[in-house]
Amino acid sequence: MRTTLTVNGERHDLSHDERLSLLDAIRDQIGLTGTKKGCDHGQCGACTVHVNGRRVNSCLTLAAMHDGDEITTIEGLGTPDAPGAMQASFQACDGFQCGFCTAGQIMSASAVLEEIGRGEPSHVSSSLSSIDGMTDGELAERMSGNLCRCSAYPMIRAAIARAAEAAE
Amino acid sequence: MRPFDYRRAETLDSVAEGGRIIAGGTNLLDLMKLQVEIPDTLVDINRIAGLDRIEPQGEGLRIGALVTNTEVAADPRIRAGYPVLARAILAGASGQIRNKATTGGNLLQRTRCPYFYDPAMACNKREPGAGCSAQGGVGRMLAVFGTSDACLAAHPSDMAVGLRVLEARVEVRGTDGATRQLALEDFYCLPGDRPDIESVVQPGEIITAVILPAPVAGSVQSYRKVRDRASYAFALVSVAAVATMRDGRIDHLSLAYGSVAPRPWGDDAVTDALVGQAPDAGLFRRAADRLTAGHTPHPDAAYKLPLLRRSLQSVLHEVTGLSEAAIGTDKAEAFA
Amino acid sequence: MTFDFKMDQPQPRLLDSTRQGLIGTDMARPEGLLKVTGAAAYAADHLPEGCVHGMLVRATVTRGRVTAIDEGSIGDIPGLLGVFHGPKFIRNPAQGMAGESPIRPDTEVHFHGQPIALVVAETFEAAREGALRLAVTYESAPAEVDPETASEVESDEPDTRGDWDDAWGKAAARVDLTFRTAGHVSAAMEPHAAVAEWQGENLLLRGALQMVATNRLELADALGVEPERVRVVSPFVGGGFGSKLGIGPEAVAASVAARDLGRPVRVVMARQTVFDAVLRRTETRQRLRLAADADGKLLALAHDDRISNLPGEGFAEPVSSASRFTYDALAMHFAQEVARNHRTPSGSVRAPGEAVGMITLEVAMDMLAQLLDIDPLDLRLKNVATSHPMTGQAFGEQRLADCLTEGARRFGWADRPAPGTRSEGDWLIGAGMAAAARPNALQESSARVRLTPWGAVVETDMTDIGTGTYAILTQIAGEMLGLPAERVEVRLADSDFPRSPGSGGSFGASSSGSAVFMAAKGIREKLARTLGCDPDDLALQDGIARGGNVERSLADLIDGELGETATVGPGKTAETHASAGFGAHFAEVAVHRWTGEIRVRRMLGLFDIGRVLNERTARGQALGGMIWGMGGALHEALEHDPRTGHIANRDLANYHVAAHADVPGDITADFLPVRDDHANPMQSKGVGELGISGSGAAILNAVHDACGARLLSIPATPDKVIAAMEEG
Repeated sequence: MRTTLTVNGERHDLSHDERLSLLDAIRDQIGLTGTKKGCDHGQCGACTVHVNGRRVNSCLTLAAMHDGDEITTIEGLGTPDAPGAMQASFQACDGFQCGFCTAGQIMSASAVLEEIGRGEPSHVSSSLSSIDGMTDGELAERMSGNLCRCSAYPMIRAAIARAAEAAE
Repeated sequence: MRPFDYRRAETLDSVAEGGRIIAGGTNLLDLMKLQVEIPDTLVDINRIAGLDRIEPQGEGLRIGALVTNTEVAADPRIRAGYPVLARAILAGASGQIRNKATTGGNLLQRTRCPYFYDPAMACNKREPGAGCSAQGGVGRMLAVFGTSDACLAAHPSDMAVGLRVLEARVEVRGTDGATRQLALEDFYCLPGDRPDIESVVQPGEIITAVILPAPVAGSVQSYRKVRDRASYAFALVSVAAVATMRDGRIDHLSLAYGSVAPRPWGDDAVTDALVGQAPDAGLFRRAADRLTAGHTPHPDAAYKLPLLRRSLQSVLHEVTGLSEAAIGTDKAEAFA
Repeated sequence: MTFDFKMDQPQPRLLDSTRQGLIGTDMARPEGLLKVTGAAAYAADHLPEGCVHGMLVRATVTRGRVTAIDEGSIGDIPGLLGVFHGPKFIRNPAQGMAGESPIRPDTEVHFHGQPIALVVAETFEAAREGALRLAVTYESAPAEVDPETASEVESDEPDTRGDWDDAWGKAAARVDLTFRTAGHVSAAMEPHAAVAEWQGENLLLRGALQMVATNRLELADALGVEPERVRVVSPFVGGGFGSKLGIGPEAVAASVAARDLGRPVRVVMARQTVFDAVLRRTETRQRLRLAADADGKLLALAHDDRISNLPGEGFAEPVSSASRFTYDALAMHFAQEVARNHRTPSGSVRAPGEAVGMITLEVAMDMLAQLLDIDPLDLRLKNVATSHPMTGQAFGEQRLADCLTEGARRFGWADRPAPGTRSEGDWLIGAGMAAAARPNALQESSARVRLTPWGAVVETDMTDIGTGTYAILTQIAGEMLGLPAERVEVRLADSDFPRSPGSGGSFGASSSGSAVFMAAKGIREKLARTLGCDPDDLALQDGIARGGNVERSLADLIDGELGETATVGPGKTAETHASAGFGAHFAEVAVHRWTGEIRVRRMLGLFDIGRVLNERTARGQALGGMIWGMGGALHEALEHDPRTGHIANRDLANYHVAAHADVPGDITADFLPVRDDHANPMQSKGVGELGISGSGAAILNAVHDACGARLLSIPATPDKVIAAMEEG
């Protein structure tokens, strides 16, 4: 079957097996391998990308379901020569070790800042009506869908907090 | 994953033509990759108009089947009038999954019993009559109520527990286009000897909405989820409560329990024994004992009985004001 | 030119007098920008022209024989290229540093989940479908899967010291406990992956591997080809933690299929396969006995354990490793039993031994302190070993007492409220502490350093699995040669490069770093000769050499290129001196009085790791270890089916590694300024596994402080905590 995706602003017309996941489309068909497959079942977050501005696990959705959608991957945020603000913050704070979960952490992190900005509550928000803001507890809960076995969690959250401060 | 025909439905009528419905796909694709689910046809309903809205209905709300978990939990009307539903949703899965998972799909998610997930092990839910590997297997996550010899699996949804405690109704559209509404306890089937049949939804039928009744004005609502890790894990047990007090006594009370049964669990006798009473630790302890009396679960899941008793007592303390409300306990307010 | 160095005696602390100012700093990782932008290419990111896809098939019996593999059962799959199996396929990953093929069982099955075949197809979707649909028939044999009831149990003579009965008999206080730990997996975020590509008779294997030199030997042996024909590269590895020490079934299967098909083959393990088929950490049952006099001086210490592994697998988790030298006692006793069973075989998972042994020792110490009514900190300080109790060796450097006292000061240990007196709402608050220890070793390692007018190029087959090798070797070379970091290029993880031990056992940075250090030292000596000064007077900084009143740029000094290859290895100091990392953990936890949930609120670790090579990457390693210890103490557990032995919770939804929310923001790791002159020429010690050692014990001891529940089985999930609380 055929599907058209716009990835990082560039249009891709794919001809593919119905079973192709959005993740495999991005990695193996389009060749953007920064997005990683850690579990293929939505249990680790390494495959996190933005679809129409919202973060999702690209392993748990079919490419076919995204005909016409706008996808942003880690490569869409910056390059080694010109890293995006969140990417630069992760580098500055050592928000990674092996680097395998990193794309997912960064894609999630940039979405989390927007989710907090929109006032969306989380499991640890003390009130559902007014969100506590950028506390470490809020970041930790909202980032919990992104596992890091190196356990760089403290540095990841420092990086997110730093990027959030810089954005203000 | 086996090959399938992919079809995009633009109207509800075309759903009636049959095929397995996919909306968010966060559980269905998970199971298809393992060849636990092997649909011949996938019907993508994401482009059917009108199912992605939360609208007033009577004094309550109508949540379209395609509204995502994130959208429900973030909706100001839900947060104000039905905080226990927002809390239940936010206790489940991850931000990424909640962005994709839909209201209808969440209700129809399958058990996470490891034997259901493993085609190498016998499972009556996958193949009726094949046997239940959980009997004699490992089973920390199994149900303790409502099971049968054929199946010990628990329903894992948090959202559905929130819906049950709010006495929500599920709207199902039949193949003839007519809709019917069902309470959660009628929507889900207990396993009996056919654990493969989990709800009353028939092939070609579709969940179109969930209907919330008017908010319980002035109620205190709580969702307590106990799990092995602090986030991103299925519940060992969960308790949802909606309570109002009058003159120092429990005036209205609704309770529901998660991850302890094949469907969100309720026990009217326990609730009835509490209504009209003044909150008291001893009263709560007796209610908790009553909830779990007479059940003999799989040995690995036996801990769920004391854990549920303790969790229920803790929640009752909070919603009746006997102890200070912690995060997860909120006061419902009227919404515009 | 080759430079051989054996660590026979302490070396001058050269890195304390060099001038570049790179060593020990928190320099950012040079490869970091590649990682944060998705540009770093891991094994599975390679899809060479014509590459096809393979998926491993698992055995679904526990023991027996494959009698038939029916290729026809999947013959209808479009794009199917073949089903591969047979005598070259390996049963399980090689144990670390094996250097030869693991067992090749051909048609035999030794555990449920054993990889038995590879399905290859044009697309990933077709290969996955085929692997799950392939019809396999077995002849099944009975298999034991429970270590407690195993009929085959091996044990060696206990290691002992002193007169046990006498020491035990005269004690004023005794602890005798049984402690159980669940099995663990490494669960590196990158699933095991291999892309095999034959160029004529030569194989290029891009893998997810920690030790490419031995991996090359293992792969060549499995395939039956000369090692010279095999090249293994692994420049970016998505975490290892022991799981990628040895060549795995995915690499052998990919190589076999690629050769037969004449096309590159990519095999990535499904996450479930990583659980089924990669070496696990054994579950343990431990008996820990402590006896002390009324002042808290230890008289007797015994640490006995039972672990499990497949028949014939040589690895045995060294559970009591750190119990042998952390504290001193008149009488000591260490015995191990290995129960043979048919679970997934066990092997190295981060900090083999200490990860599960130190938690037991340190919980026992807490219980002893309680019995004696002595501050747990003081009890430890009274008993810190001053030399290795079992070997009599002096320690190269041993700063456990300083870690304990300084850590306690920073944590505010003395100011903690009395046990069971603190709560916030329904949360009971408590504090706990524990010691950390892990042996350190220098392994034989080589590196080539070339100094050019541009700068320096370092080449070694050492890997960087997130540990910071790229950064550390950049710093060592830059420091020694007086070059800023941006003028040093580090090339790693190619089996064509000089051989290192690879990443494992926390020895990688010190061993490969020492080789780079010695190679650069050789270059310094040549530069001194050219400059006409004594090497001790040579000062190198920012590309300028100074010595004997002469100052010249390095570019001027070099005629083309100055190269040195050094091989370093352990020598006499490894016999005369014991070397180990030490530390202290302090934790504050909250326990929910109703549900038994545990939340770590604050944690502090202070460590003695000798010279810190890079403060940032060392801290990352230490914190990562502390969090692993937390995960093991609170929620990580393999659940084995009691009939088949297979891992029932074979995915990341049901095996709970720590998530963000489990880890408090207030968690710190720091290091004492230490030099271990007997360890290696850089005076450094390993850090990657030290942080786990004891971390979980500090948490469990804090739980006891908070609510009185003494947990003697991990993970301490809510079911166990409420049971312990109800016991009182």
